[in-house]
Order: sequence, then C-alpha cells, then structure tokens
Amino acid sequence: MNLTIVAPILIPLATTVLCIGLWKDRTMQRFASVAGALSLMAASISLLYATSDGDIVTSDAAGWAAPFGITLVADTLSAMLVMLNGVIAVALTIYSLGAIDTKRESFGYHTLVHAVLAACSGAFLTGDIFNMYVWFEIMLLASFVLLTLGGERGQLEGAIKYVTLNLLSSGIFLAAIGLLYGMTGTLNMAHLSIVLDRAENPGAITALAMLFLVAFGIKAAVFPLFFWLPASYHTPPVAITALFAGLLTKVGVYSIMRTFTLLFDQQMDITAMILMWISGMTMVTGVLGAACQFEIRRILAFHSVSQIGYMLMGLAVALYALANAQPDSVVARETATVALAGSAMFLLHHGIVKGNLFLISGLIQRLAGTSELKDLGGLIKTHPWTGVLFLASALSLAGIPISTGFWGKFVLIKSGLAAGAFALVAASLCVSILTLYSMTKIWAEAFWKEPPESMPEPLAIEGKGDQVRIGLMAAPIIGLAAATIGLGVFVDPLYRVAERAGDQLLNTEAYQRAVLGEHYDRAVEGTLHELATVSDGGHVPVTAHEEDQP
Amino acid sequence: MNSIILRTATRFMLPLLILFSIVVLLRGHNQPGGGFVGGLLATSAFALYAMAFGVPAMQRILRVPLTTYIAVGLGIALASGVPGLLEGKPFLYGMWTSFDLAGFGTLKVGTPFLFDIGVYITVLGVCLLMLLTLAEES
Repeated sequence: MNLTIVAPILIPLATTVLCIGLWKDRTMQRFASVAGALSLMAASISLLYATSDGDIVTSDAAGWAAPFGITLVADTLSAMLVMLNGVIAVALTIYSLGAIDTKRESFGYHTLVHAVLAACSGAFLTGDIFNMYVWFEIMLLASFVLLTLGGERGQLEGAIKYVTLNLLSSGIFLAAIGLLYGMTGTLNMAHLSIVLDRAENPGAITALAMLFLVAFGIKAAVFPLFFWLPASYHTPPVAITALFAGLLTKVGVYSIMRTFTLLFDQQMDITAMILMWISGMTMVTGVLGAACQFEIRRILAFHSVSQIGYMLMGLAVALYALANAQPDSVVARETATVALAGSAMFLLHHGIVKGNLFLISGLIQRLAGTSELKDLGGLIKTHPWTGVLFLASALSLAGIPISTGFWGKFVLIKSGLAAGAFALVAASLCVSILTLYSMTKIWAEAFWKEPPESMPEPLAIEGKGDQVRIGLMAAPIIGLAAATIGLGVFVDPLYRVAERAGDQLLNTEAYQRAVLGEHYDRAVEGTLHELATVSDGGHVPVTAHEEDQP
Repeated sequence: MNSIILRTATRFMLPLLILFSIVVLLRGHNQPGGGFVGGLLATSAFALYAMAFGVPAMQRILRVPLTTYIAVGLGIALASGVPGLLEGKPFLYGMWTSFDLAGFGTLKVGTPFLFDIGVYITVLGVCLLMLLTLAEES
C-alpha cells in the first residue's frame, strides 16, 4: 500500500529530476517525459484499483504516525483525481511532442510539466493541510515558469496577473493555516476534523473557513476571484493551457470540497448559502464572458470559469441538503451523496473535455494558421475529422446525451431538485444553453461558414516530419474524445466510483479512523498529548503537546 | 579580480572551506548543521574560486555542468526514500546499517544521511547556477 500511494507523486518527481539531468539532450527528455507520463497513468490506475473496495489507503511518510507526521491519504475522490492527472499527463506529453517548439523544450518544458504533475498528485493525496500548501507552492512556481516560458509580451502580461493573484492566495492560505494551527494545535486534516467538531465557538471557525474559501477560490477561479484566468489562459502555447485548464483549477476545487466536507462542517447553513451563490454566479459570469469573445482560446478560458461553478454546485447542494434536514436524515444524506458524486463526475469530465478542447484549438491553429473566429471558416471541408472531434468534445461540454457532460449535469440537477435548490438548478440549465450557444458559435464560425477573405494561408505541411507532428497532436485528441463518449455510454462504473467518492466525503469518521488508526480513540477523547512513540518503532520517541481545547 | 593575494589565499581556502562544509554536513544529523548549510558553505568556496580565477576555471574544477549537480542531488534525495519502500515501509522511512571499523568503533549509516547528501549537492548546484546566471547578466 505504501508504494501504491506514493508512486503517483514519486514517478513525476523522478521524471522531473531525470529531465534536469538530461538538460542538453532533448530527444532523451522527450522519451523520459512520455515514459514518465505512462508510468504515472499506470500508477494512478493501480491506486484507483486499491481504493475500489471502499478502503481509504493511507501511508505515514517516513513512518511518523498521524497526527504528527505527514500522512498520505487516498480515498476514492483523491484516486479519481490522480487518475485524471494520469490521463492528462499522457495526452499532454504526447501532444507536446508535436506541438512544442524546440526553444521551449531546451528551456526545460518537460521538466516543468512533470513538476506540475507531481505537485497536483501531492495536493490530491496529502492528508496534512500544511503539506497541501507546500504542494500548492510547487505547483505555482512550476506553472509560473511554464506560463512565461518563451517570454512573449502577451505571456508576461498574463503571467503578472496570474502570479500576483496566486501569490496573494498563497499568502491568505498560509495565514489561514497559521490561525488554524493556533486554534487547534494540529495540522493533520483528520485530527483537525475531530478537534474542530469539539470547538466551543463555531462562528470563529466559519470565519476561518471563509479565509480558506478565498484562498482556494482564487486557485479554482471562482466568482468574483477569477479574473486572472481569462487574462492568462490564452497566452501560452495550448499544450500548457490544456494542462492548466485540465488540472490546476481542479486542485482548487478539490481543496474546497475536501475542507468543506471534512473540516468546516459546523455551520453548514452558512457555508452552503455562500457556496451556492458563488457557484451560481461563477456559472453565469463565466458563460456570459464567453459569449462576447471571438477567439477560440478566450472563449474556452471563460468557459472554464463557468464550469467551475458546476463543480462547486454539487458541494453547495450537498451542504444545503444536509443543513436543511434533521441531523441524521437518511434522505438528506442520500441527496448529498448524489450531489457530491455529481461534482466528482464533473471534475473528471471537465478535465478530459476542456483539456481536449484546448488541444483541438491548438490543432486548428496549426492547420489553419489562426484561432480568431473572424479569420476562420470552411474547416469542415478541409479538415472534416477535426470538426468531428471538436463536435464530440463541444457537445459533451454543453451536456448533450451520451457524453460525460450530460451525466455530470444530470446527476447534479437531479440532486439539486431533490434538495430544493431550485434557483441554482435553473441557473445551471440556462448556463447549459448558453454554453451550447458558445460552442455553436465556434462551430458555425470556424467550420461552417465560407472562408473569409482575411483567412490566412494555411501553414505549410512539409514532408514526413510535419505529418508525424500533426499525427502526434491528433492522437491524444482522438483518445480524449473517445474517453468522453465512451465514459458517457458506459457511465455505470464511473457513476458507481463517483458515488463511492461522495459517500466517503460525507463519512468523515471513516476518514479519521483510516488516518489516525489506533490513536483514533485518544484523539476523540482529546488525550493525545503524551502520545510518545510512532506507529512502527525504530525511531527516537517524540513527545508531542496538544491543546485539549482550541 | 586580478589580485595575487586573493588567488594565493583561495588556493588554501578552497579545500578548507569544502572540508568545513563536509563537517557541517556530517554533524547535521544530531546537531545544528546539515545538508542545506553545508551546501551553502561549499557554494561560497566555489564562488570564491570563481572570483579569484574566473568562472571558466571554476567550471573546469567542477567538471560536469551544474544542472547535472542538481539532478544528481535531487536523485540521491529521492532515492533515499526508496529503501524503506522496498522493505514495505513508508516512503522516506529511515533504514540504518552499521559497519564495524576494526578498532575505531562502529559506523552507523542510514538513509537520512543519504537525503542530506542529496540536499547538499542540490544546494551547491542551484546556488552556483544562480550566481553564474547573475554574473553573466552583469
């Protein structure tokens, strides 16, 4: 179990190191990058398999027992997101072989991509809130360099907004952790969850929770903190944007889901109300922003914001259902499970589909020479297969049946109706129509209409090298499009996994027991102070002090 | 800098500083010190050499590119976590072994020390790379 859970972090880290070692040798770096991504995918499958019987897999790093050491925890939600990490890694590294220029490659592109992947895995798997901050920082630093790699004017402009807001978010996150540690004397999330439930003043904790919400909200790009996203996502090469859209915002959403189900569940009525507003406004503003854009990548960037709203909708509905019901109402619990399952499905769906749409926009740019809608046209005649691939992903994003998008929205809306969150459901349905409008706009402008005068000459495809490169760009797009349709048709296993994820998110006691193990009872009693040794012997005993009450 | 005093002194200082950095590295396991500080001290030794004899001379005595130092250091640090995994213990679990040094007691060596060596080499590589980059720009 120890190897299973650490492998998704260790493999991309080792690949990063290998790519630094092969700094001058681009060919070997490419091999290392693809091999690392494939191994990451294999590791993530084995992790998903290890959690498939409902177990929560844990590992105490270096053998220091929870709550004193850093514990890695994989429940189903974490394993699902690590799986997404693996899928995006494979698609992206293969796409990059065809799409990324040699200049960026020789300045460490592959190294940085794997650093981001490692940080995402780490953030999904850690059970320690400070450690989560550390992974966030690694992610931020690596993504900052990725964003500015190449040093074009637009990139730097976007990067300034990205970095400023994300550094602010890190600062708030760190301050919030400091306050939380001051109140509770622990950083282990399972232990925090126990200690916070005993707190005498839930209002103070909710105030602190809002600090976390702002910090994660900036990372996840929710209303009203999303401005950095549309400002920066269209500037770097699409492969990098796809990585950001597919993974980075998910980390923010995951953190919100984790902390608001595990830690800050004292005043659900307040947090549910706030999250519902955030979720609804994020959907609406994002999609309206997209409606007035005329460049493919800008449209997609605003849609990313809009879709974040759906991911949060499940969480908001779940908390709303629980807050409005009797403490152990089975019906509310059921509704909440379905809602969280919807969020989990949507996270996976959006990572695949939005990543893919960005990759397709890169392919369009490569084939037609531009991604401005006004200069594009007639692609359906010249590149019919690109059109088919785009259509599959775009309809999935809008939520047309037999795609993952449909099922994600279906589950979310079903649970929303069951919980009585009618306004949010109405908003999400309207936003779906507007999403369809934006996707139709790209389709009609880029593929359907007659080629305009201003359409540039297509970039030449010369010789075998270029054909291979375009093939490498197309292969992951085909794979991801097949994944969204395939998972849409055979939705049952996906839904069952997502439902288990939702169930585990609500069953905080199982999480606490899995992490704290034999010390669970003492943690609940609040007598964890004189706990001396670690789980496994072999270390010098430590004496830890813990405040009984915050 | 063309100063005979500096160059002469550096010839004597370089081994001393490196020796000192290794001492700091070794005592770091139980006392103040460790890979990070040791690495910084070693960096200062090589930076001094670069000031006295020029950057190309420093690169010559380092023999391999600085990126290789970084990669090797990080690699060692990562690898120090693996023996524990192979034994079925968690990642980075401290594994110890002791050698009998006939007449000089026993020497205990463990993976935490390996980790520290990795940090030492990484810090050396990263800091020198920063210095070089800044020196190139000025």
